Amino acid sequence: MSHTDGFAVQTQNLRKVFSGKVAVRDLTLTVRRGEIFGFLGPNGAGKSTSIKMLLGLAKPTSGEAYVLGAPSGNVEIRRKIGFLPENFRFYEWLTPPELLHLHGRLCGVPASLLSQRIPALIDMVGLTPHVDKRLQYFSKGMMQRIGLAQALVHEPELIFLDEPTSGLDPIGRRMVRDIIRAQRDRGATVFLNSHLLSEIEITCDHVVFIREGEVVTSRDIRAQQEDAVRVEVRARKISAECVSGLARWSAAVEVDEERLTFTTPSREPLPDIMRYLVAAGADVYQFTPQRMSLEDLFMNVMGEDRGL
Amino acid sequence: MGVWIMAGITFREAARKKILWTALFAGAAFLLVFGIGLHLQVGDFRTSSVPPFLRYQVVSAMLMIGLYTVDLLAVVMTTLTSVDTISGEITSGTIHAIATKPLPRWQILLGKWLGFAAMAAVYVAMTFWGTIAEGYWIGGVMVQHPVQGALLVYLECIVALSVTFMFGTWFSTLTSGVIVLGLLGVAFLGGWLEQMSGFTEGSRLAMVGIISSLIMPSEAIWRRAAFDMESPLAGSLRFSPFADVSVPSLTMIGYACVYMLIVLAIATYHFRERDL
Repeated sequence: MSHTDGFAVQTQNLRKVFSGKVAVRDLTLTVRRGEIFGFLGPNGAGKSTSIKMLLGLAKPTSGEAYVLGAPSGNVEIRRKIGFLPENFRFYEWLTPPELLHLHGRLCGVPASLLSQRIPALIDMVGLTPHVDKRLQYFSKGMMQRIGLAQALVHEPELIFLDEPTSGLDPIGRRMVRDIIRAQRDRGATVFLNSHLLSEIEITCDHVVFIREGEVVTSRDIRAQQEDAVRVEVRARKISAECVSGLARWSAAVEVDEERLTFTTPSREPLPDIMRYLVAAGADVYQFTPQRMSLEDLFMNVMGEDRGL
Repeated sequence: MGVWIMAGITFREAARKKILWTALFAGAAFLLVFGIGLHLQVGDFRTSSVPPFLRYQVVSAMLMIGLYTVDLLAVVMTTLTSVDTISGEITSGTIHAIATKPLPRWQILLGKWLGFAAMAAVYVAMTFWGTIAEGYWIGGVMVQHPVQGALLVYLECIVALSVTFMFGTWFSTLTSGVIVLGLLGVAFLGGWLEQMSGFTEGSRLAMVGIISSLIMPSEAIWRRAAFDMESPLAGSLRFSPFADVSVPSLTMIGYACVYMLIVLAIATYHFRERDL
């Protein structure tokens, strides 16, 4: 694989098989440096296994993976990588400063620097009132917060966050969003795996959808406003000929009495469609273009029968 | 560097989770019971007509039994306290936050091993030397070569620790514990069968014992320690449970050291290669 420098993550035909069971079939993806990248897929799609391979926790059966230009599993490159595992757990007898100090030292951060950084990190994740409490008394949300802090203690260039908002209340979620953006603003790349599509939609620059260990599609969220548009029309006198004529702009047209819905690839043809409907004799009362939410897109890509 | 950080956190974990203190408390309880027993025995001898020579042999035998108890407790304590450290952290996912840090996996494993080895050293130092001190101050007896004996007991602990770590990289905590305790049982039985074979000079029985010791050399190490610590006269008395009728050679101690290193190398290799 070549030209890995411009990418934070690059994989080519990555595959993982556990005891004959394919967990990741053929993952090929790229993550640009400095972006917030969303990694989406239903349960069992191979997201966690993929992240484990990128972090060197699991060895690929075949294929290649590069992280910050180095082969995945490279020990030295981990100085530049932070990771919040799903359901973060750690030694329960530690207090938050002790935990951050340990992780900082393991990452090679000097003790003098840690003594300045740790109070700020604890404050950032909102745990200052619990600074003397041992982790055994922490709630799930508090564990996620301290887990996020340990992922950032060495100011990594690339941060993997596996379900960072699970267990968090709305205030905590907003805090995580702000932290993720702050990390991007300082130049870090964030690789975000979350089931909360609304969170991904608000936070990410770019997403990929994977299913059965393969990338199904990818989307640039920032440019998505120029992407597919769902239109809802309320009108009377919609003839069958009128509906069939819409096929030139949309492949999927649904009619439910006076309600007509269809999807177009962009906003561009909407004035033409409006004129067409009127010219075809329909009495149009309402014509509402709606940008497809990530959830709509997810359901379109994955199919209605697949759970999140 | 990473090795020492892991060793330090493992030792601190033992202390903070009260494993170490509980073990030391249990050790102190043992010393108390042993001291009381020794004191009562010595008191009974003062009012009896047992000849001094025989008194000395009985109290010496009591000291050896005390040290054998120390040996058993130390090995079991080392196994039980360390059995969850690898497999438990893999199962709970705790290992993910450590194994993604910039330190090779062998350093994680070796650091943990050193932490538990240090804990075993504290335990053996307290209980072994406590027993020796009680034997000397209460019973007026002393073993031969106590330093050698202490080192061999400690070697037995770190052999058991290495075996526990190796299985911990493969199996769950419960399975690892069952396997290691089973192996210790095999070694215990094999050691005594070999000892019994010495009384009858039965080579087939001795062979069973030797094979058991090759599979798990823990008991053989103790029997060598007992041989080194017992006085030549007591050792040659055939009614003693630790009589030197079948003494493991120094080659067996060398084998135990090599065995431990190989087991540790296998543990390190498997931990490095496996998915977490």
